[in-house]
Amino acid sequence: MSRIDAKFAALKDDGRKAFVAYIMAGDTDFETGLEVMKGLPDAGVDIIELGLPFTDPMADGATIQLAGQRALEGGQTLAKTLDYARRFRENDDTTPIVLMGYYNPIYSRGVDRFLAEATEAGIDGLIIVDLPPEEDDELCIPAQKAGINFIRLATPTTDDKRLPKVLQNTSGFVYYVSVTGITGTAEAQSSDVAPEVARIKAKTDLPVIVGFGIKTPQAARSIAAIADGTVVGSAIVDRIGKGDSPKDVLSFVRTLADGAHSA
Amino acid sequence: MPDDLLNSFMTGPDENGRFGDFGGRFVSETLMPLILELEAQYEHAKTDDSFWAEMHHLWTHYVGRPSPLYFAERLTDHLGGARVYMKRDELNHTGAHKINNVLGQIILARRMGKTRIIAETGAGQHGVATATVCAKFGLQCVVYMGAHDVERQAPNVFRMKLLGAEVIPVTSGRGTLKDAMNDALRDWVTNVRDTFYCIGTVAGPHPYPAMVRDFQAIIGQETKKQMMEAEGRLPDTIIAAIGGGSNAMGLFYPFLDDKEVGIIGVEAGGKGVNMKMEHCASLTGGRPGVLHGNRTYLLQDDDGQILEGFSISAGLDYPGIGPEHAWLHDIGRAEYVAITDKEALEAFQLCCAMEGIIPALEPSHALAHVMKIAPDLPADHIICMNMCGRGDKDIFTVAKHLGFDMQA
Ligand SMILES: Cc1ncc(COP(=O)(O)O)c(C=O)c1O
Repeated sequence: MSRIDAKFAALKDDGRKAFVAYIMAGDTDFETGLEVMKGLPDAGVDIIELGLPFTDPMADGATIQLAGQRALEGGQTLAKTLDYARRFRENDDTTPIVLMGYYNPIYSRGVDRFLAEATEAGIDGLIIVDLPPEEDDELCIPAQKAGINFIRLATPTTDDKRLPKVLQNTSGFVYYVSVTGITGTAEAQSSDVAPEVARIKAKTDLPVIVGFGIKTPQAARSIAAIADGTVVGSAIVDRIGKGDSPKDVLSFVRTLADGAHSA
Repeated sequence: MPDDLLNSFMTGPDENGRFGDFGGRFVSETLMPLILELEAQYEHAKTDDSFWAEMHHLWTHYVGRPSPLYFAERLTDHLGGARVYMKRDELNHTGAHKINNVLGQIILARRMGKTRIIAETGAGQHGVATATVCAKFGLQCVVYMGAHDVERQAPNVFRMKLLGAEVIPVTSGRGTLKDAMNDALRDWVTNVRDTFYCIGTVAGPHPYPAMVRDFQAIIGQETKKQMMEAEGRLPDTIIAAIGGGSNAMGLFYPFLDDKEVGIIGVEAGGKGVNMKMEHCASLTGGRPGVLHGNRTYLLQDDDGQILEGFSISAGLDYPGIGPEHAWLHDIGRAEYVAITDKEALEAFQLCCAMEGIIPALEPSHALAHVMKIAPDLPADHIICMNMCGRGDKDIFTVAKHLGFDMQA
């Protein structure tokens, strides 16, 4: 069983929803980002989404764009991002790590080499924004073969006809993007999201996690209530970018996790 | 070279939008249903006579097509070798080839019931063309332009505003064409229902590279016919400048299966194709990668991070190149070379002085390569270059480089 499957099984036994936190590797610098990452499980985070910086993050709003720029300016690379996972795994062998980013740094490294390195480093899943099911041969299929979950985004534009195609090669969980748009902008309404989650759950046994536009403990709670869990990214990255100490960032994360877990 | 349809170079892309290994549909899930819908609509329009009748009507009466094929007599004498022809697409309404494609996409957008048009622009020519056609049809128009380009192409910014477009200066990244394209894509994923993204070159996810090529192919189709009238045969060499590669693909495409015709694409060499990447020559100095929805040659570092190009010409300042060019390069059907800023400026001045044509800096790159090769070619060798834009927009940049004070 993968770390992701094991985590969801444990959450189910506890009757709890998943809280997923996103941070950018190398933000604001290598050690600061790593310190935040290492503190996430104790702050209540069930699954870590680790951002892989890219110069051209087409699906991201200003907050995550700037985080990526800070990381790249500080010399963050794909190799150093895998180092995050290795360093994290020294003390934690259960919290799943999902690498989230864009395809080119991985393609540039070479898919086979990347998958070998990612497996060895302790990466459990991939969310690659610019690889729709139409391009599954590129990375999705090889990743599944290597034992790494490929987590797909479903969106408000994914209609019923297309949904089976999106779910087909997905594993680990399904990430429902609650708004049409980029990260960090519009606020999702749980009343709009609930029927969409139900629509997806009718077609898959995988957990459905909802993200994009969730910024507060209240929103984390109301979204988690209608799904299997919730993701917060920009609101956390915003605090890191403002220069909050890792300790302050983690206490904010704790309030979000408590929100999601109270659902 | 092929002699039968099976081996034709003109059958691409395949059903996955691939030209060999290049192209594809590397976009987020939110956009995927939109580009599939666009593809279906385009496939339908392509074989619809009324669609092409509308295009040809507007090309004739609004754009001023066909553009002339012009024999550059003094330049030919001066270079002392091959006969040099120019395809005069700078005489189009709005001053460049960009409007050929914009008309096609806007007609399609109207058929799809879209009311809001977005575009990215570098030199501003595609932005001006989009703003123009939107004004003509009463559509809302939003143009994303890198903040750096807003500065160096001020006249075009004002033109777009006069035409009623909203120009949004892009400060994300380094504020150039690729960043403008990122922001246009971000707008599109946010406004999926009413918005049509009018891409200005043969790049982006499938079907854009094929669709834009098909709309620009009028350049090559006319050239073929006009060359037969003028010389009774096809040219020996055709040459065009490449930013994303749309004017070049438009000229090249109808000639791909004419094996006797040599094809040369000219990339922006900036200060020279060097290790410091002070150029925009994706094919000459880049390697394959994935950006803006397609796989193609890109300027990138060892970690797969995209690098900014460098060129005197804002219209060529793009770190990628259309996927069909990447394929034509790899299979050897076309040759790709780089021309430096300095060489382009020399060609710009020579063209003004010899032919009474002020060229845009983009085709000045193509002309510079003509100047390099024509003298060594025999007098019966025919070269046709694409004069894809006029230079009015560039006079400030050129004045600066020549040390001429416009205020004095
Ligand atoms: C006159 C002119 N030529 C060429 C280009 C480059 O585009 P493409 O390579 O798609 O023709 C531009 C772009 O702005 C342009 O304005």
